[in-house]
Amino acid sequence: MAIAGMALLMIGVFQKGDATKLVGWLAVGVLVVAGFLVLMAAPETVTAFNGQFISDRFAIFAKVLVLGASALSLVLAMVWLAQEDMKRYEFSVLVVFATLGMMMMVSANNLMALYLGLELQSLALYVMAAFKRDSVRSTEAGLKYFVLGSVASGLLLYGASLIYGFSGSTSFPVLAEVLSHGTPTGVIVGLVFVMAGLAFKVSAVPFHMWTPDVYEGAPTPVTAFFAVAPKIAALALFVRVMMGPFADLVDQWQQVIVLIAILSMLVGAFGAILQSNIKRLMAYSSIGHMGFALMGLAAASPNGVRGLLIYLAIYIFMNIGTFAIILSMRQKGRAVEGVADLAGLSRTMPGMATALTIFMFSMAGIPPLAGFFAKFYVFMAAIEAGFFTMAVIGVLSSAVGAYYYLRIVKVMWFDEPVDTFDRPAMTNQVVLWGSAAMMFVLFIWAAPLIAGAQMAALSLFPG
Amino acid sequence: MTDLPLLSIVTFLPLVGAAFILLVRGEEAVVARNARNVALLTSAATFLLSLGVWAGFDNSTADFQFVEQAAWMPQWGINYHMGVDGISMLFVILATFLTPLCILSAWEAVQKRVKEYMVAFLILETFMIGMFCALDYVLFYVFFEGVLIPMFLIIGVWGGARRVYAAFKFFLYTLAGSVLMLLAIMAMYFEAGTTDIPTLMQTPFPYAMQIWLWLALFASFAVKVPMWPVHTWLPDAHVEAPTAGSVILAGVLLKMGAYGFLRFSVPMLPEATAYFTPMVYVLSVVAVIYTSLVALVQEDMKKLIAYSSVAHMGFVTIGIFALNQQAMEGAIFQMLSHGVVSGALFLCVGVVYDRLHTRDISRYGGLATNMPNYALVFLLFTMGAVGLPATSGFVGEFLILTGAFKANSWVAFFAATGLILGAAYMLYLYWRVVYGKLEKEDVKAMLDLSPREIAVFVPLILVVLWMGIYPNSFLEPMHASVSNLIENYQAAMSVVDDGTALANR
Repeated sequence: MAIAGMALLMIGVFQKGDATKLVGWLAVGVLVVAGFLVLMAAPETVTAFNGQFISDRFAIFAKVLVLGASALSLVLAMVWLAQEDMKRYEFSVLVVFATLGMMMMVSANNLMALYLGLELQSLALYVMAAFKRDSVRSTEAGLKYFVLGSVASGLLLYGASLIYGFSGSTSFPVLAEVLSHGTPTGVIVGLVFVMAGLAFKVSAVPFHMWTPDVYEGAPTPVTAFFAVAPKIAALALFVRVMMGPFADLVDQWQQVIVLIAILSMLVGAFGAILQSNIKRLMAYSSIGHMGFALMGLAAASPNGVRGLLIYLAIYIFMNIGTFAIILSMRQKGRAVEGVADLAGLSRTMPGMATALTIFMFSMAGIPPLAGFFAKFYVFMAAIEAGFFTMAVIGVLSSAVGAYYYLRIVKVMWFDEPVDTFDRPAMTNQVVLWGSAAMMFVLFIWAAPLIAGAQMAALSLFPG
Repeated sequence: MTDLPLLSIVTFLPLVGAAFILLVRGEEAVVARNARNVALLTSAATFLLSLGVWAGFDNSTADFQFVEQAAWMPQWGINYHMGVDGISMLFVILATFLTPLCILSAWEAVQKRVKEYMVAFLILETFMIGMFCALDYVLFYVFFEGVLIPMFLIIGVWGGARRVYAAFKFFLYTLAGSVLMLLAIMAMYFEAGTTDIPTLMQTPFPYAMQIWLWLALFASFAVKVPMWPVHTWLPDAHVEAPTAGSVILAGVLLKMGAYGFLRFSVPMLPEATAYFTPMVYVLSVVAVIYTSLVALVQEDMKKLIAYSSVAHMGFVTIGIFALNQQAMEGAIFQMLSHGVVSGALFLCVGVVYDRLHTRDISRYGGLATNMPNYALVFLLFTMGAVGLPATSGFVGEFLILTGAFKANSWVAFFAATGLILGAAYMLYLYWRVVYGKLEKEDVKAMLDLSPREIAVFVPLILVVLWMGIYPNSFLEPMHASVSNLIENYQAAMSVVDDGTALANR
């Protein structure tokens, strides 16, 4: 199945059409087809490439999320490319490569495969961040991301080599086997390095510094892509690494994850309060969201992983929808991204304002919107695992977080309009309303999603 | 009874109306007119349907009635479960009763963005009714929190000068409280394996856990009631909200907290309730006396009534935690009465505010001369708030004081001083607004009540008098449920007593 995915990607690469649009839509098609292939694949656990990769229900669930997120953000990006008059088909190809890297990450069954996938993804992302190459901010973002990202990759690689040195294997099942008979200290040190590298990828505190700058500097559709797909892949990878080979070290890593989760939630909540650029605000918001999702991992239980997966699924729609709106924030053909630019949106464009209000309340976790259940399940897992302090800090920081989401609502509804936006593109509107509808759909018919996440989570826990 | 899912229809009918209004397109004036009509019709229809619930209600049993159940997330025992008992049924009626009146009162006062206003109001109504009907804790929480969204917008968009501040304060205060309750819900879920309210009521929780759960629930409900010292959001929200928003806030939203005490804290966590009762007494007595004194010096009409609300809700919490039949029925009755009376008082303020656009008490005076009908209506509701016999306020306060006296005479004594202060500030308000010389030119020019305003007040007057003269029609439905609640509480406590007696032996 991974092979099929790759074969399709090759076609995408060799489509040397001039029209960006053609390649773009083809890439979307590839992603969708790959998604179907993933879904069709046998739900049993199979390994490929001499056990380098594994495919189980968990991988399938995460892959579908990644592919969906990539496809949606690619659709958004194409509108933007057309609006900015950037005729470069490389963009879509990069997205496809990044997605391939993510799929490799998700189903990695070996530290080598993990690193390969991670680097493939990261390299594509570095280029994408700097994609608007005549813009100083974009190139700066790309460079910053590249330098910091390389350090993180280096840390991860160093950790991986330590683990290999002390345990004699890079394969996850073998590692799990070795570690169940006792833990060499070197492995723990290596694990810390691996965790640092992964925490960087999910932009969890204290490795979050790059997020606001890169989010702000990168072209908006790239930011939209950054906000969802790599986060999902990295978190899924995080879960797989922690729950797979290092499941026996749970006492060691659990405290670290708890700390990371708490810090992320707090930094996300307090950092966003003073932001005036909506992309920076979304960066802090995503740091906070990662903190909530990591609570699920910290619980180290099937329920926790289930909560995390549900969180990610809902997180995609909230973010894609919000970014569809940010992408539609254009005045006289020029993109704007200040929170203040949204002033009086409810007067000038009631539909868009309503949709953004829905997303904001959903991100704040207010029922009756899907964001509520996202939080509900991770908190439930945390409580079940007995992390009451973390849960209390979590809910309180979500109350703080509600403040800045409300601020956006306030700007849209309570302030007087300054300037009207151009009419948003049709595609954006479709994505927008689709995502908004999902907020309610996932709330009312949550059962299928939960069941899927449940099965995916259970596949990680043998027996 | 019927197979018709009456409660669901009552709950979601306003939502249908809201959807209709959203579909209305065209000229602004036409849209506004249509939106008003649709909103009024839907809310009136909802009220009539909810009367059907009352008519079909069986007074003799404490069980939940009109129960509906549908699978929602069956794997986790979370279901769509609705039903009413004697405690919640009357609150449903209160919510459906006040909403059409609010919409009618906003007929002319709200001129900008009428469509959105009506939509927000109807959504609010759905959440309110749903909250009182929910028999699943998660469902309850969904409605409980959902109320915040439309209310936030109503205060923020259509409110007064400091509306943004007030809206934020309202939202964040209540949110911070309720997220703690969410954690409590989850903890209870892991203890009992379900979030079904009737099942949770039968589940005994360990004592140490009860204490923490109780505190978490208290954080949520106390903010909502609001109890002193977390009441400070209320005056701000009340003052800045549009008239109809204040009415709903005072009339229904404040009751949600007290309802939460009745539905969750007392029946599910009896031992913790007993443990914390002295604290609730102290806070309530402080609320009654302190906020009454504060109300006495207010210059702003709405603020005065807002503080009086805090004081009245102090009575209610005393009544609930006195934990005997009279006091608890009194508390419920007082809530209903306060819902109607304070709602009506806010409407009275709204009437003069619409004419003069100020809430400053000193800007008025001598209204009795040029607005005799208004003076009469205002007097009646002032008397209702003071608790004069033959008005609804008297019955509730009398029952609460009787019950509280049985439980703790000091509490009753201090609460009674609150009554005197209450009479003082209400009459002082009435005196400054209505009596005196009619000197100010702009006040002279004010017209008496319009037919629409009379149409708003007449039902309220009738209900206040009805509740005052023949309270039994309201007390009857709650008897069985309240005595059941008390019995369960006593039973739980006697088990504990036996336990400690055994341990001491």
